[in-house]
Amino acid sequence: MLDDLDRRILRYWQAEPSLSPGELAERCNITAGKAARRIARLQDQGIVQGSGVVIDWAALGYALEVSLRVTLDKTQANAFDIFMAEARQVPEVIELQTFLGRVDLRLSIIARDMAHYQQIYRSRILTLPHIAEIEALMHVARIKTQEGLPL
Amino acid sequence: MIELDEIDRALLRALARDATQSASALGRRLGLSQPATWRRIRRLEEGGAIAGRRLRLNAEALGFGVTVFLGIKLATRGRVSLDDFERAVSAIPEVQTVEHVLGLFDYRLRVVARDLPDFERVLRRRIMTLPGAGEVEANVLLSEERLPGPL
Repeated sequence: MLDDLDRRILRYWQAEPSLSPGELAERCNITAGKAARRIARLQDQGIVQGSGVVIDWAALGYALEVSLRVTLDKTQANAFDIFMAEARQVPEVIELQTFLGRVDLRLSIIARDMAHYQQIYRSRILTLPHIAEIEALMHVARIKTQEGLPL
Repeated sequence: MIELDEIDRALLRALARDATQSASALGRRLGLSQPATWRRIRRLEEGGAIAGRRLRLNAEALGFGVTVFLGIKLATRGRVSLDDFERAVSAIPEVQTVEHVLGLFDYRLRVVARDLPDFERVLRRRIMTLPGAGEVEANVLLSEERLPGPL
């Protein structure tokens, strides 16, 4: 079980993922040794699964991001598996989520501009198998992005 | 916009998977010296290709068993201030991301909760009471994959 100190460490750590164990110890007012032991335990328990850099696609020339909400033709037995396996092959798909609700899946796709998006949409998305319906949401702005948990 | 060569792409792919790798370990794998690797990482950060880091936490192990995506349509567009709505929605701790979108909805939210009753509490007490919140559609997240993207 987690105690208050674990939660405090995680709060500082998720707010600033590049903090070193020493810096985390300082923020939490504990010794470096204690912080290191707690961090090792959080990692061993699989609570902290790692960290990765966040890529800013706009800085790499991908100005557009579109959410495609997909409903599948579920009369096909393994429509989900087949659709997902093929969607993973499209390089511009950066997120793939499945849902319980009105839509079955969501793809996040990025494109350099409208013409590029149109080309991906026609040649790679509409050709994916077992689609019943697609709706597009175009991203205008990100208002809140830190995906922190309310610990 | 920052231009990338093959080595930059390989670096970004590796760092997106694991941001804790040292410049010397990364350089060894890519056939670069430690200072050359470090200079490339610096350039990617300064050029904006690397927007930051994200700590990967196991939400379920921390007691957050439910993630829901909400599509929100503002009820009285024009009369309600977008700034007021955005400020109020961003202040809710359970709301992890807020995106302004074009299409069927005006905003897309990612909301985390302990379980479905907890989600219902957040929805009723905090989301439905937001200034201007109109029609709301909820989809419960079942699975999620982040893909490397066009690198």
